[in-house]
Amino acid sequence: MYAYDEIDRTLVNERVSEFRDQVKRRLSGELTEDEFKLLRLQNGVYLQLHAYMFRVAIPYGTLATSQLRALAHVARKYDRGYGHFTTRQNIQFNWIKLAELPDALADLAKVGIHAMQTSGNNMRNVTSDQWAGVAPGEIEDPRIWSELIRQHTTLHPEFSFLPRKFKIAITASDHDRAAIKIHDIGLRLVRNEKNETGFEVLVGGGLGRTPFIAKTIKHFVHGRDILSYIEAILRVYNQYGRRDNIYKARIKILVHELGIEKFSREVEEEWQHIRNSSLQIDDEVIEDIRSRFTYPAYEKLPHMPDELRQAAADPEFEAWRKSSVAPHKVQGYSIVTISLKPIGKPPGDATAEQMDALADLADKYSFGEIRVGHEQNLALPHVAKRDLPALWKALDKLGLATPNVNLITDIIACPGLDYCSLANARSIPIAQELSRRFANHELANLIGRLHINISGCINACGHHHVGHIGILGVEKNGEEVYQITIGGRADENAALGTLIGPGVKFDEVADVIEDVVEAYLALRERPDELFMDTVKRLGVEPFKERVYATR
Amino acid sequence: MTSPLEQKKIKIAGPSVVTANRTWDGIVVYRTAAKSWSADLSEAAIVRNSDEAKALLAESVADDVGAVGPYIAPVQVGDDGKVEPGNLREHIRRTGVTIGQPAQV
Repeated sequence: MYAYDEIDRTLVNERVSEFRDQVKRRLSGELTEDEFKLLRLQNGVYLQLHAYMFRVAIPYGTLATSQLRALAHVARKYDRGYGHFTTRQNIQFNWIKLAELPDALADLAKVGIHAMQTSGNNMRNVTSDQWAGVAPGEIEDPRIWSELIRQHTTLHPEFSFLPRKFKIAITASDHDRAAIKIHDIGLRLVRNEKNETGFEVLVGGGLGRTPFIAKTIKHFVHGRDILSYIEAILRVYNQYGRRDNIYKARIKILVHELGIEKFSREVEEEWQHIRNSSLQIDDEVIEDIRSRFTYPAYEKLPHMPDELRQAAADPEFEAWRKSSVAPHKVQGYSIVTISLKPIGKPPGDATAEQMDALADLADKYSFGEIRVGHEQNLALPHVAKRDLPALWKALDKLGLATPNVNLITDIIACPGLDYCSLANARSIPIAQELSRRFANHELANLIGRLHINISGCINACGHHHVGHIGILGVEKNGEEVYQITIGGRADENAALGTLIGPGVKFDEVADVIEDVVEAYLALRERPDELFMDTVKRLGVEPFKERVYATR
Repeated sequence: MTSPLEQKKIKIAGPSVVTANRTWDGIVVYRTAAKSWSADLSEAAIVRNSDEAKALLAESVADDVGAVGPYIAPVQVGDDGKVEPGNLREHIRRTGVTIGQPAQV
């Protein structure tokens, strides 16, 4: 966990006081909505279909149990008893009253949580690998660098009025769990030939109306130079970004229009002016941040404890273990993913009771720490293997032991037209129906790794472009219509999916996805050829033929 | 933010209302004939041509303290005078999410 200092606490508390005054002035009519909108957006407050929506940041996806309990408290006291974990390591509350928001923010501030930079045209919450610091083979904990960037960019005036929102994600593992290639800037921790830590810097990724996979702009930027290099990118973006057209304002458009070579030259030129400035990071600064991350006092434990050996005889436990438990860098420990995708339920939602109970379990089994992933699941990062059977039983009682991580029912979905004022079509009911169709665990395992992503509009909060199967809801002549893509992926080999044909109606979506899956099962060369590999080998045509031959 | 009045020429295809979200708590409200806001669609002022719509919207926008983001939304008026939302979006705004909520309200 990262321990905030007095500067952080003062900043967060001052922000609450400031917003309390702004809300008071808005409610009295002293501020118009035009004047207030920018201020509320800077505090994570949107206006959605039914009410205000309040988005809270979970920097680099790390939560202490006190913080998770505070989120549960907000859900219970100020909202309708649940929250929705998003695809960017945030949590959203859907029914908050503006008049009560300052109190909710004050309650969160007590445990160091805030909503700064969760909306608006600024540098958003810096995201990272939810397995950071515990994944085997990691270069180093990417949260140290995430925290450095968070400190530098939070309320930074130069990054507070950008042409559009700006998102950074960081990974330190070969396998990218942070989806860095679909971010404005993606950072991958690497080591050079001198064994120095630095970053491969990618730029210009993003989804939405015009999706692009990020391109590498520099193969190695030394860690001490990363702030100046990011700032150089931001300055070029600030100078040339299209403020005149919201649809062309993201950096991905600029990179595309200038071309990566020209963009890179512009950045390099800017960087040479500032790289030896105060933006160069002293080792002491990094060491100070590093020292504020505390790690558990791990015990020396056996690789295969008796408790685990005995529990292996229970097929239900084994199904969960195979799905949800991943290797840890320390022998005798595991990383446990907690599926927030129970069959037939909205993806990413958790009730206040579940959050409180999870906090208790994290205290008991994971050194008081919880992680949030962009796949809308949670994780306990430090679970002793001997505790896995007991943890599984406890999670099962909470409805949080669905053994479907990375399987077809582990669906990523945006809130869609049920909540969102931008949406054209519903996402959650589609996810629920698909979840029910593929509820059979044996079938889901037979299919293997397969990610379905659903967005209710072209803004792509459900990351449909990079779903192995992507579903995009649009509106056509007053009806919800869904376009299906296949072949996308959000990992280190990120790719955009290909449209398989004309859109289909709401009631037909699940049938179409069943057809796609049946085609895959029939076409794959062997049982361990994953869906993505079959699509890569054969292209979309056989799937298209299967889906549209009878429609 | 551009005023809804400036966004585009107001053109309506049938009976319509002005809807918004109440400022202090965000709930869905409708402009009434009594120049107020109501959470009950049946109390909404119904407009049937562009001039009426424009006038109702202008009056709604002027009440910036009462409600946020007013806009014109289609409705269906039955033979019995019962008013129903004119599209899925407005139906969801009126009746709530189409899915079960995770926690009891």
